[in-house]
Amino acid sequence: MSLLEVKDLKVRVEEREILHGLSLTVNPGEVHAIMGPNGSGKSTLSHVIAGKPGYEVTGGQILFRGEDLLEMEPNERAANGVFLAFQYPVEIPGVTTWNFLHAALNAQRKARGEDEISSPAFLKKVREVAKSLNIPQDMLKRGVNVGFSGGEKKRNEILQMALFEPAVCILDEMDSGLDIDALRIAADGVNALRSPERAMVVITHYQRLLNYIVPDFVHVMSKGRVVKSGGKELALELEESGYAQFEDAA
Amino acid sequence: MPAVQETVERVRRIDVDQYRYGFETLIESDKAPKGLSEDTVRFISAKKNEPAWMLEWRLEAYRRWLTMTEPTWARVDYPKIDYQDIYYYAAPKPKKTLSSIDEIDPEILKTYEKLGIPLREVAILEGVEPPPGGEQTPNRKIAVDAVFDSVSVATTFQKELKAAGVIFMPISEAIREHPDLVQKYLGTVVPTSDNYFATLNSAVFSDGSFVYVPPGVRCPMELSTYFRINERNTGQFERTLIIADKGSYVSYLEGCTAPQRDENQLHAAVVELVTLDDAEIKYSTVQNWYPGNSEGKGGIYNFVTKRGDCRGKNSKISWTQVETGSAITWKYPSCILRGDNSSGEFYSIAISNGFQQVDSGTKMIHLGKNTSSRIISKGIAAGKSQNTYRGLVSAHRKATGARNYTACDSLLIGDKCGAHTVPYVEAKNSSATFEHEATTSKISEDVLFYCIQRGLSQEEAVGLVVNGFVKDVLQQLPMEFAVEAQKLISISLEGSVG
Repeated sequence: MSLLEVKDLKVRVEEREILHGLSLTVNPGEVHAIMGPNGSGKSTLSHVIAGKPGYEVTGGQILFRGEDLLEMEPNERAANGVFLAFQYPVEIPGVTTWNFLHAALNAQRKARGEDEISSPAFLKKVREVAKSLNIPQDMLKRGVNVGFSGGEKKRNEILQMALFEPAVCILDEMDSGLDIDALRIAADGVNALRSPERAMVVITHYQRLLNYIVPDFVHVMSKGRVVKSGGKELALELEESGYAQFEDAA
Repeated sequence: MPAVQETVERVRRIDVDQYRYGFETLIESDKAPKGLSEDTVRFISAKKNEPAWMLEWRLEAYRRWLTMTEPTWARVDYPKIDYQDIYYYAAPKPKKTLSSIDEIDPEILKTYEKLGIPLREVAILEGVEPPPGGEQTPNRKIAVDAVFDSVSVATTFQKELKAAGVIFMPISEAIREHPDLVQKYLGTVVPTSDNYFATLNSAVFSDGSFVYVPPGVRCPMELSTYFRINERNTGQFERTLIIADKGSYVSYLEGCTAPQRDENQLHAAVVELVTLDDAEIKYSTVQNWYPGNSEGKGGIYNFVTKRGDCRGKNSKISWTQVETGSAITWKYPSCILRGDNSSGEFYSIAISNGFQQVDSGTKMIHLGKNTSSRIISKGIAAGKSQNTYRGLVSAHRKATGARNYTACDSLLIGDKCGAHTVPYVEAKNSSATFEHEATTSKISEDVLFYCIQRGLSQEEAVGLVVNGFVKDVLQQLPMEFAVEAQKLISISLEGSVG
């Protein structure tokens, strides 16, 4: 059974169809890159998988470990191992990062029928995870993403990914707003979390990111469909020839 | 359904089930005849075995009240109150004279147990989680005065406080036992003629707490009063007087609940604080009177006058309030900064939901030289509620070097509620520095989705965001109260999850 199967997915936003029958199969341990020009529906796909309100699925289905993902509430999806690293992580003033992470982890554990983790045990765990990713402890005490640089926000996403140990990670335009050094640090964090059990779907506009996070598969999206799939070399091909060649195919 | 819309829907469905303190205690009570007249005032005074001067004081207030009209300037709307349709005094009938806590009617003890108020002298140990990396707090004691309808039923830790020289007792007892202190200070901060509700209170107040901290004494424990309205059709008119003599310090907490009833009940309290030279009073309130049901039926009218007088130099008064209950709140805890270098603070969280109406804020009256004040107000409006901050900052002609900082933030949940900010500023001398900042924001859909994607439920996400919004004020509360208040805030805004 595949980990994540998107079958002929059709999605509308306010009467306008954005995805016109998209299919994608992701197995454990695989890293898939989804590339495409602005407006091709990349972010829509990530939002629908995570369950963001405001999207209407008009056709097709998404199976997660063979179960109907669209029937699950967004927080159930999180508890079951679906993680979305946001393109623009939000700021939550007055809520410390460690408090937020503790509340979220316990909510997920509760939903899975596991015991809640105590404050001291959590603190120990989150410190270890932060250390393994070279994330300064001081970030845990600050308000969630408040006053964080672009790079810090993305590292906070990776910290959460490491802490929640999801089965599938969707990285939405992780490279946006990062300079080359910040990009390398973030990519190192992601690579450290690659494992034979975990799948990743890396959504990006530029090939650049894929120099650091090397995918097993590359899919090109255009106008709401996957128009070409291939190995990592497809990304390099795109870098040279651009997206224009696919516009007609769509 | 979009996340915010869903929250709004859930919040709208909140009703009486959410109010955990709505139970009624079945107990026989001793009531004054219904209605208000000179006889009612005499009845109350006689019940309390008051000296003649106290009765005169009350009667004078009553006669004054007859000449006054109810204020209408607040942004609240309610049907006319029939002052003759209220019981002004109700006391649980004692089975015999009490000599220890064990002799209190077990029904009343049970009531306070249900409410989580310790009437037995135990240190508070539970419910407090140490902050990360922080130290475990030592066992702390809280002395409690429990006021049930019109009378105080128990005051704990009296012996220990007495050893420190601190007087903490029901005001009805203080009138008899410490008449000199009461006469010297009662009505000097909120005069009997102050305003309609304060004047009414002066005529008919039945009980409340009295605190006197002698010079140089730091009160060895937190003092608290717990107010409970139980009787039907009864007004509660408590009177609290706290005096911190030179160089002393006291932290005082008050909490309030009431059963859920279809009719509205009036609560018109007066609180007076006095600090002499170098003294400090920290006064915290968690107000959770019954707010009414989901159709706006019932609930407490909370019309309260609270004022502190920084009478001495370098003295300080700090008000912290968490207001989640009441159908209508009309309340402006204020500071008169009379002493040179004195300072006043007002930290407020006011949450309104359903059909609640809140008109609350503060007055900072700068009279002395180099006085300073700070106002941090957080208003959260949900449902169909209206939430108004009304504040006055004024500097007298002689108040050179007066400084004020005001920050009023409002958070809206849904689009059927309203938040309003009405600041008044008067500076009569040119050396005053007043700063005012105000923001109004809506709880954002993106923030909610972010939290939910991390596994939190809708309610947990709203609770988290709101608690973050009010954090600056929560930090001002004593720790035991902060934990309680945080839970209360989440409950006040919860929909289907209890």
